[in-house]
Amino acid sequence: MAEALLAIAGLSKRYGALTVTHALDLEVVAGTIHAIIGPNGAGKSSLIHQICGTVRPDEGRIRFAGVDITRMAPHRRARLGLARSFQITSVLPEFSVLENVATAVQAQGGSAFRFCRAAAGDGVANEAAAHQLDRVGLLPRAGVVAGRLSHGEKRQLELAMALAARPRLLLLDEPLAGAGPEETARLVGLLREIRRDCAMLLVEHDMQAVFALADTITVLAQGRAIASGPPDAIRADPAVRAAYLGEAH
Amino acid sequence: MTLLIVQLLNGVQLGLLLFLIAAGLTLVFGVMDFINLAHGVQYMLGAYLGVAFFGMTGSFWLALVLAAGAAGAAGLVLEWLVFRHLYGRDHLDQVLATFGVIMALNEGVRVIWGAAPLEMPMPEVLSGSFQLMPGLRYPFYRVALIVAGLGVAGGLAWAVNRTRVGMLVRAGTSNAVMVSALGVDIERLFRGVFGVGAVLAGFAGVLAAPLVAVEPAMGDNLLILAFVVIVIGGVGAIRGAFVAAVLVGLVDTVGRTLVTDAVRVALGASGAARVGPAVASMLIYLVMAAVLAVRPAGLFPAARGA
Amino acid sequence: MRRLVPVVLFAVLAAVPFLPLGQEANFVLLLVSRVMVFGLAALSLDLLLGVGGMVSFGHAAYLAIGAYAVAVLDANDITDVGVVLAVAMGAAGVFALATGAIALRTRGVNFIMITLAFAQMVFFAFGALSAYGGDDGYSLAARNTVLGWPLLKGRGYYWACLAVLVVAYLLCRMLAASRFGRALRAVKQNPARAAAMGFNPVALQLVAMVVGAMLCSVAGVLLANGAEFVSPAYGTWQRSGDLLIMVILGGAGSLHGAIFGSAFVLLLEEGLGRATEHWRLVFGPLLVLCVIFFRGGLAGIGGRRG
Repeated sequence: MAEALLAIAGLSKRYGALTVTHALDLEVVAGTIHAIIGPNGAGKSSLIHQICGTVRPDEGRIRFAGVDITRMAPHRRARLGLARSFQITSVLPEFSVLENVATAVQAQGGSAFRFCRAAAGDGVANEAAAHQLDRVGLLPRAGVVAGRLSHGEKRQLELAMALAARPRLLLLDEPLAGAGPEETARLVGLLREIRRDCAMLLVEHDMQAVFALADTITVLAQGRAIASGPPDAIRADPAVRAAYLGEAH
Repeated sequence: MTLLIVQLLNGVQLGLLLFLIAAGLTLVFGVMDFINLAHGVQYMLGAYLGVAFFGMTGSFWLALVLAAGAAGAAGLVLEWLVFRHLYGRDHLDQVLATFGVIMALNEGVRVIWGAAPLEMPMPEVLSGSFQLMPGLRYPFYRVALIVAGLGVAGGLAWAVNRTRVGMLVRAGTSNAVMVSALGVDIERLFRGVFGVGAVLAGFAGVLAAPLVAVEPAMGDNLLILAFVVIVIGGVGAIRGAFVAAVLVGLVDTVGRTLVTDAVRVALGASGAARVGPAVASMLIYLVMAAVLAVRPAGLFPAARGA
Repeated sequence: MRRLVPVVLFAVLAAVPFLPLGQEANFVLLLVSRVMVFGLAALSLDLLLGVGGMVSFGHAAYLAIGAYAVAVLDANDITDVGVVLAVAMGAAGVFALATGAIALRTRGVNFIMITLAFAQMVFFAFGALSAYGGDDGYSLAARNTVLGWPLLKGRGYYWACLAVLVVAYLLCRMLAASRFGRALRAVKQNPARAAAMGFNPVALQLVAMVVGAMLCSVAGVLLANGAEFVSPAYGTWQRSGDLLIMVILGGAGSLHGAIFGSAFVLLLEEGLGRATEHWRLVFGPLLVLCVIFFRGGLAGIGGRRG
């Protein structure tokens, strides 16, 4: 079998006495959705940070698309095809919605060091941006300044920005947090549709959505993977029920 | 050799003076996330008030206590008038507003006391010197400065590490939201830290007054040196401020001589006269650059967030 | 409507020499030249601050570097403006690259303090250059020449300042609108998001710093030519503060606002200076009030921001 798209081996991270990631192994196979669940403080966000490069692990390796990215700067990981959404929504508040996505398109297409032609006149980027906005259902709001969007709209915008990068792997940090039932249903449908284009690593508390979407689920507790497998197996796993699911109900 | 010892002592003394200023600055920044350019003005006020109170009372010691207290009071008034409107604002706003305060107070001092430098005599008890080793005398006053600086540093370290208020200050440095969530009156804590910082800077001003020219804007250069200290030591860290202050003091005195000598060896006397002083005056900034190149957050960064 | 503002601004500046100013003509032209030169310096700072989100508190260092390029070459009998500009921009660019690479390893308040410290290093280094007058400064033997012609005299100086300002403004406009500028503005708004998109925040900001530094050094060259005199005072930290005030009062990020800011500050100084020598006593508190009550400066009074 070919190497997984994302392969994490022996990853560890400590803050003083607190171990947030403990000798973790994890693989994300191309074309699948891999969900990570676990109680608060299990180390999910720390893991995302280490994959993106905003936090350096103490030990272990992270390989992405065959390249060792363990010590690579965040922007270079992005250029390899690693896109993310942030747990706390993170857009460019002064730009219009369209500009946000067009900037993401331009970030992937060639050098940022072009000094002469106006960026706003880049028809190709604008068209690609409009396409992604249409996909997430935000096209009617293309001209609005992003800082004025509602919380849910910002989430959609973030997704469009991540998709505009045409990533190979999308890291989603609680994309459904704070979303109402209708919005959740729509986002779940969207994620299911996106799966055809790129793999996803999904951190989410909404168990219904996780079990509906994921091909593989890894359960984290205190920085360790206590179980990993297809949803049915996870549902049946006694250790998981004891550590997590039981506690939730 | 004897020159080197004198300079070592002078370096430590300058470092401790810097520490008195940097300590308040770094605590205020650490606890309140507030960058106060006008902190150097407190030092200047201390010196001027020291001269004024000495003129009234004729006693250095009385002047020291009164001026430090008055500088602290002036700091609290400024806090009430200006600074409290700037907590939580952009650092840029804080920089501009406190820059305006410097402008006004430097000019105010010029209006009241004139632009010409004033003098402050040493207290009589400390005006002599003693024999450090054969052929080398060292003034008592500078020794007293070193002792006072060490005393304050020790007191601060004790207060920050051992007392309840110190615990809050340390907690506030890493997480202000948490401290206010604990039900502590954060504004009172702010004012307390601010007042202590102002008193320390004023105290430093009076102590330095007999050694330097008391003139308008005398705090400006010291403020920037204090910034260098904070950047090297790590923002918010008392221990870092202490180590960095002594380091900067030593580099600026001992290092200056060493570099001038080295340039003389390398370029000969005429070349050294041209380039030496320029290189020597850049030294502390080059040390700062070197430290930051290796440790961007400074030597002892206060743990934030986590 | 908004697009017309810079056009009107430059048209007014071009019309000033044709106004019937009578006896005041020379004085007015000198004052407006000064507004344009500092407008250029503030414009270059706006590229860092308003477009790139970098609060540089050491921008006056580049003014000093440009001015000293004129002085050093003057002492060696080189007055051609082409050579002078190449040296000035080259030196400023190298200095910005070296110090920026270190300063950009840090964020927020550390960046402010470090840029301030590096500028202070330049200030002291120039002050120690005894071959060029040390702290007292250096009087130029002659103004710079353009291909052997003494064009920088009288009205020629005014037109040169205007031409440089217009070119620099158009250059900054082009940069801000380009892909580079858009990426830079993305970094300013949200560095983490920009990096996650695939932009290298440090590289973008460093390039902006170098370009801003080079433009500002041109202002330094013009300033030295206007005064026929160069001293370390070109690079004082108060001057860096003045430039920040100009950018903020004019409205950061608008580019032409920096020129308005320069006009506002210099004319206010001039006006207050006529009323009292202690004009800083008025200007300082005015600045404090501006910051506290008008977020976003003059431009923010009418507009809606934050």
